[in-house]
Amino acid sequence: MAKTDKKTAQPVQPAKPSGLFEYAPAPESPAAAGEIATSYGHFIGGRFVDSSGSEALKTVNPATEQVLAEFAQGTEEDVDRAVAAARKAFAGWSSLPGSERAKYLFRIARIVQERSRELAVLESIDNGKPIRETRDVDLPLVAAHFFYYAGWADKLDFAGFGPNPRPLGVAAQVIPWNFPLLMLAWKVAPALATGNTVVLKPAETTPLTALRFAEICRQAGLPDGVVNIVTGDGRTGAALTAHPDVNKVAFTGSTPVGRAIAKQIAGTRKKLSLELGGKAANIVFDDAPLDQAVEGIVNGIFFNQGHVCCAGSRLLVQESIQDELLDALKRRMGTLRVGDPLDKNTDIGAINSAAQLARITELAAAGEQEGAERWAPECELPGAGYWFRPTLFTGVSQAHRIAREEIFGPVLSVLTFRTPAEAVEKANNTPFGLSAGIWTEKGSRILWMANRLRAGVVWANTFNKFDPTSPFGGYKESGYGREGGRHGLEPYLNVEALDV
Amino acid sequence: MSETAMRIEVFKTYKLYVGGKFPRSESGRVYEVTDTKDQWLANAPLGTRKDTRDAVLAARAAVKGWSGTTAYNRGQVLYRVAEMLQGRREQFTAEVAAAEGLGAKKAAALVDAAIDRWVWYAGWTDKVAQIAGGANPVAGPFFNLSTPEPTGVVGVVAPRTGHGFSLLGLVSVVAPAIATGNTVVVAAAEQAPLPALSLGEVLATSDVPGGVVNLISGRTADIAPTLASHQDVNALDLAGAIDLEGPGAAAALEASAADTLKRVVRPAADPSAVDWTASPGTGRLLSFLETKTVWHPMGI
Repeated sequence: MAKTDKKTAQPVQPAKPSGLFEYAPAPESPAAAGEIATSYGHFIGGRFVDSSGSEALKTVNPATEQVLAEFAQGTEEDVDRAVAAARKAFAGWSSLPGSERAKYLFRIARIVQERSRELAVLESIDNGKPIRETRDVDLPLVAAHFFYYAGWADKLDFAGFGPNPRPLGVAAQVIPWNFPLLMLAWKVAPALATGNTVVLKPAETTPLTALRFAEICRQAGLPDGVVNIVTGDGRTGAALTAHPDVNKVAFTGSTPVGRAIAKQIAGTRKKLSLELGGKAANIVFDDAPLDQAVEGIVNGIFFNQGHVCCAGSRLLVQESIQDELLDALKRRMGTLRVGDPLDKNTDIGAINSAAQLARITELAAAGEQEGAERWAPECELPGAGYWFRPTLFTGVSQAHRIAREEIFGPVLSVLTFRTPAEAVEKANNTPFGLSAGIWTEKGSRILWMANRLRAGVVWANTFNKFDPTSPFGGYKESGYGREGGRHGLEPYLNVEALDV
Repeated sequence: MSETAMRIEVFKTYKLYVGGKFPRSESGRVYEVTDTKDQWLANAPLGTRKDTRDAVLAARAAVKGWSGTTAYNRGQVLYRVAEMLQGRREQFTAEVAAAEGLGAKKAAALVDAAIDRWVWYAGWTDKVAQIAGGANPVAGPFFNLSTPEPTGVVGVVAPRTGHGFSLLGLVSVVAPAIATGNTVVVAAAEQAPLPALSLGEVLATSDVPGGVVNLISGRTADIAPTLASHQDVNALDLAGAIDLEGPGAAAALEASAADTLKRVVRPAADPSAVDWTASPGTGRLLSFLETKTVWHPMGI
């Protein structure tokens, strides 16, 4: 930027990290998000329709606490209409040749690419995550995911699930608020590619990009009822997953809710896939490239404000390099910029909601009460909105709540180990098993460790890498089923040879 | 001037497509291309052995860049070809109709199938490793992974017979080779090269890097043996090697290719009976790949 306009009125300015240059603001224009309606209904059968009920919820910009829009609290009747629309569309959609279904998905991928700036800004406003992230991570992955699964639609015979694998029917999909549009893509793309129709419920704090996606379905000419979007909170989600005419349930969110869904559908013929919480260990050995490891640790826990189910929230550092690593880590944390999500310099945006901020605050307080030592860099936080400083705890024991519970915020718990075997023991000492990280220059040790870690994704000398071709999902209470890759087709296919 | 005065149509000068450019043949010569009723359609460049060798150079130079792009990127480029071809559907319908002696409706269906075939292979770029590669459970403390890699430069003798040969058949042999990261030099169908030469114009505007596809029209008996014997060609698709004898015959080409142990895809048993609209499967896609297996120990 050539000049700094001192009058630029942004909702919040990026906080000034101590001892650093001041950055001129580099704000993305909120207007690029396109027009946000004052209120939204559901998207059912190819049209926006009013709810049968009168209850409306509000979605706010978590960086300003300003209301962005009202949207409908989906009722059981709304869910019923949406499932009926999906059921009606199923026969036609599933009997289309795969090559024709593919072309709809390719169209969606291309339109997402075309409209990616608009969607990135909208996502950033509704979610609070930095624009740099929505622009460079979320949106490219959304388009890539549709592109990848588009290609599978006419190649299912080659996917290794036997000849002529069949779709399941109507898929009920409930997604979280941390990657709203990306989670939609992870759910919708494989479901449609395999010939299912869907009813999707976005999270109640981040419904806007899903509703905008409905417009993209219309631009792509997708047949009515193939994708239906019903908004609302957990009550709507429960009504959807409980609906008797649903054949498939896919849920991403917390382990307690996942457990409740698994109980709810017990005894039915519904196929279930769950992507739940995590408490990933990021394991750093004494021979690790230190600067690279520090970047990986920071990316692992502070990416997306730590609102990441696979976040590297437990740092396991080999005792001999603890001091050196923590010094470097603290130095790096001091340069993180917390503030306006729409500023392109921002590293850490707003916490998604007041409720989530309260949970992070409570767990961090518990960390102090239980005897761990808390540290956070000095940085100003904006006045309005929901914010939390990047924080780390040292002296954490395995029994501490901050080592056991998913915080889902920018809070890192540091533990130590002496031997690889001890690292494995500690890493696996959790009911979760979503991801893990290993930092060492020794390849054989990476593979030895990876073999023993009970986690669905293991990153070596990197962290938080995602690709549509790569399966993602957890062991143990982090859920079951995989999203992404060839494996991501299976949760949406009838692969039971004897099931007619 | 009367509005009904006859307008003189602008004819197209058909050219070769080599290294992303549209050169005339170095021979300075052309040959007459007619429709199936012997009506003159256009003059096509009479590509020579030298033109073919130039094209191999261009194809070799493009291997590093093209095979080094991500599979996702290659998929998008191939999909872009489909988008561009869709926009020129009418032109290709006319060319295919003339090349194969078909009515407009049948020709249009073949063009549609050719567009869809690009889409089919666009979807394969980032999946072929997932069906042709994988982890091997060796009996020891080793990580063992096999992945496919492109062979390199593929010489393609484009189909000269069979329903849909002139465009759909051509796409069905070119797209699978480049989908996996190879580059190709194509001997266009000698008697009906116009759809192939026009396809070059589509490729040139589809983000396909220059040199990835090179199209030579001329005598198959000149071009195909040059590809078969060339030291810097790694594989050969003989789909259109229909000569029964002489240097352009399939057996002679295969024997010549054996000098450098080229990977060879033979023509169909009866090339005139091939229906190019049939589902392509993965045969050609997997033909121009090398499998690389990496071992790595596991241990503290």
